[in-house]
Amino acid sequence: MIEAYSSLPMVASAVIYLLAMMAHAAEWAAARRPVEVPERVLVGSGGSEPAASEPEAEHRVTLFGRIGVALTVVGALAHVVGVVLRGVAADRLPWGNMYEFVTSSLAFAVVFYLVLVWRRGWTWLGLPVTLLLSVGQGLAVTVFYVAIAPLVPALHSVWFIIHIVAAAISAAAFNVGAIAAILYLIRERAERKGTVRGYLARLPKAAALDDFSFRVHRFAFPLWTFVILAGAIWADYAWGRFWGWDPKETWSLVTWVVYAAYLHARVTAGWKGVRAAWLAVLGVVTFWFNFVGVNLLTVGLHSYAGI
Amino acid sequence: MALLRLFWVQLTSMRTALLLLLTLALVAIPGSLLPQRPIAPIRVSDWKAANPAVADLYEAIGLFDVYGSPWFAAVYLLLTVSLIGCIVPRIQVYAKALRQPPPRTPKRLDRLPASVAGATALSADEALTAAEGVLRAKRFRVRREGDSVAAERGHLREFGNLLFHLSFALMLLGVAWNTLWSYKGEVIVVEGQAFSNNLTQYDDFSAGSQFKPANLQPFTIWVDTFTAKFETGEVQRGAARVFEADVRVAHGDGAPEEARIEVNHPLVVDGTQVHLIGHGYAPVVTVTDPEGNVAFSGPVVFLPQDGNFTSLGVIKAPDARPNYLGFEGFFLPTAVVDQQGPHSVFPDALAPELFVNVWTGAPREETGRPESVYSLTKDGLEQMTTDDGKVVTFRIAPGQAIDLPDGSSLSFDDWRRWTKLQVSSEPGLWLVIGAVGLAVAGMMLSMYVRPRRLWLRIVDTPDGPRVEAGGLDRAESSTGLADDVAELAASAGVEDAARTQEVGP
Repeated sequence: MIEAYSSLPMVASAVIYLLAMMAHAAEWAAARRPVEVPERVLVGSGGSEPAASEPEAEHRVTLFGRIGVALTVVGALAHVVGVVLRGVAADRLPWGNMYEFVTSSLAFAVVFYLVLVWRRGWTWLGLPVTLLLSVGQGLAVTVFYVAIAPLVPALHSVWFIIHIVAAAISAAAFNVGAIAAILYLIRERAERKGTVRGYLARLPKAAALDDFSFRVHRFAFPLWTFVILAGAIWADYAWGRFWGWDPKETWSLVTWVVYAAYLHARVTAGWKGVRAAWLAVLGVVTFWFNFVGVNLLTVGLHSYAGI
Repeated sequence: MALLRLFWVQLTSMRTALLLLLTLALVAIPGSLLPQRPIAPIRVSDWKAANPAVADLYEAIGLFDVYGSPWFAAVYLLLTVSLIGCIVPRIQVYAKALRQPPPRTPKRLDRLPASVAGATALSADEALTAAEGVLRAKRFRVRREGDSVAAERGHLREFGNLLFHLSFALMLLGVAWNTLWSYKGEVIVVEGQAFSNNLTQYDDFSAGSQFKPANLQPFTIWVDTFTAKFETGEVQRGAARVFEADVRVAHGDGAPEEARIEVNHPLVVDGTQVHLIGHGYAPVVTVTDPEGNVAFSGPVVFLPQDGNFTSLGVIKAPDARPNYLGFEGFFLPTAVVDQQGPHSVFPDALAPELFVNVWTGAPREETGRPESVYSLTKDGLEQMTTDDGKVVTFRIAPGQAIDLPDGSSLSFDDWRRWTKLQVSSEPGLWLVIGAVGLAVAGMMLSMYVRPRRLWLRIVDTPDGPRVEAGGLDRAESSTGLADDVAELAASAGVEDAARTQEVGP
């Protein structure tokens, strides 16, 4: 019974995120057309300051943006309710399989995004974040969905809470960090070519995007290290060895190594900036492969993590 | 020599470290996509049989044992050497920096990323003393020299960085130690039977090169009951729900104590871990030969072949006379016969049955050569047939017995569960875990501690003493530098400080 009350808001949130994404897309499109402000001013302005010359057009842009954020708030409420009810219905923490992990992790991501919007006014994250949310929630409710079931004995452990919640939070952070890195790459290219206009003008300066991306990764990387450590300790309890080159373990190490390379690249001449940002993108790709590819394509001990 | 030096400089450069890291990530990947011999030897043979075209090539370059291959070792050893080569000189620099006072006040403070200047009502000495007090309260290291104060904080950042890298090396050391001294063995124990921690008792055993049989702690485990429960509801039907082994353990010659082993809750006996890693069924049978003697009696371990525990096994009665008797077949915990033939449809023993056929032949000589208990060597044996030439094959349920054409009989008395125990000792584990914990702590320090330098100078002007203050951050992503500089100037008596904008992100 409660299971239905959990699925309904979850599906609703996927639809609402899609609508929010459309509103943000309209915001980008609207910002694209009318703005013909001298470029130098724009490059200097940065932040989320309005960049319009025509008040009416600017009004339309911010209106779409606000609709997007408002829809995201509604979607997030439905989403969080869905996750909580899933936990209540299953009588355990809601991250026992792929569906539950995606929805929980995206719930952390949307809350993180809304805090950034609330505290810093960073609505420029709107389009990529709602894109991530609608694709992620969409996949979760259509492809990954499984009915509630108790856990297999291998998951009966206090590490089930610690290991997986840390993984879900770092997942959220890695994704937001990658979004910032991609926006940095786009904005940096435009700045280099002197073509900062339209929506790009509403983004923070490339240097600030790079800095934000670093801060998110700086939070996520030690946490991810902890995820692997906690996983190793748990593996020792459950399987009597702390590292066995299981595909999931291997890929978590690959992800770790790529992010370690990212952090080193940031302080290496010739790798700072653009190349480092590409490493951050590569990092999130390995993360997603570990999550989707390893669960569905390979044979390993983490099979219960699959659909 | 010069070449060697060049090689060393190259190896310890950050760029090389970066490339080595990326190479490590790359070379780890094939091991996750191809079956690996140390983990799944049978899947390796299956894979090679299915892909004969590339099997030999892959085998030659070690793709079926990536993590034990020389090229994988080369990458991580180079990385470790590069890391140590990077870190040792930095430790020396750091040790020197620790002993040095904060750097002298630069001539032009207004060129720093943040600076403030303004008149003060205080005397030069008062202003400097006040500024020094504020800096010390904020835990800066302070150097007062002549008309200026220089201050520095954030040495912990580099400390964290060094700690992280050293911990990484320490972790590798722990892994190496563990590899050399650890051991792991597996043994199948049927309910009601016992296991003594002794090399001869193991079905499967592997250990590091420094392991000695004397390292095995003497203990005995009696497996009294093994409980398995499975999902009977609609969702995830047949999924495991409970595995518990109720055992008694005796240390050395001590008295047995009761204990329970569960998944995630291994039994720890004198530092040795005992895990529950598998289970299955053992039918209890009695074989009586045509002369009326009991040729075999007891539980026989059958090995599960699928998720519903369709289990394969053999029952051997070498002592049967006049002829050797062997039975080969399946134990099905929930037996069903349909188009696929006999198989099990649920992992629990709801309707257990044995499906067997019979092999017989002349009695064998005792060769003393070990023989697998899970397969029947069929040399000199043939399938038993009825008088009209039909092959004897039958199904029986617990409590039933069947009389065979030659006058012998098989009775299926009962069934028991067996459990596979894994006994392991990992003496280096605490070092590995501790090292990774230290690495995380070091990482946090190196990322969150913000090194900062602040200076304040008093300049005598015709209008009275004037304060100049400035600051410099030595880490990216820091904030509040301008605030710190303004506060420093205010502490020296500057009232409306002409604050300059903080530069940079």
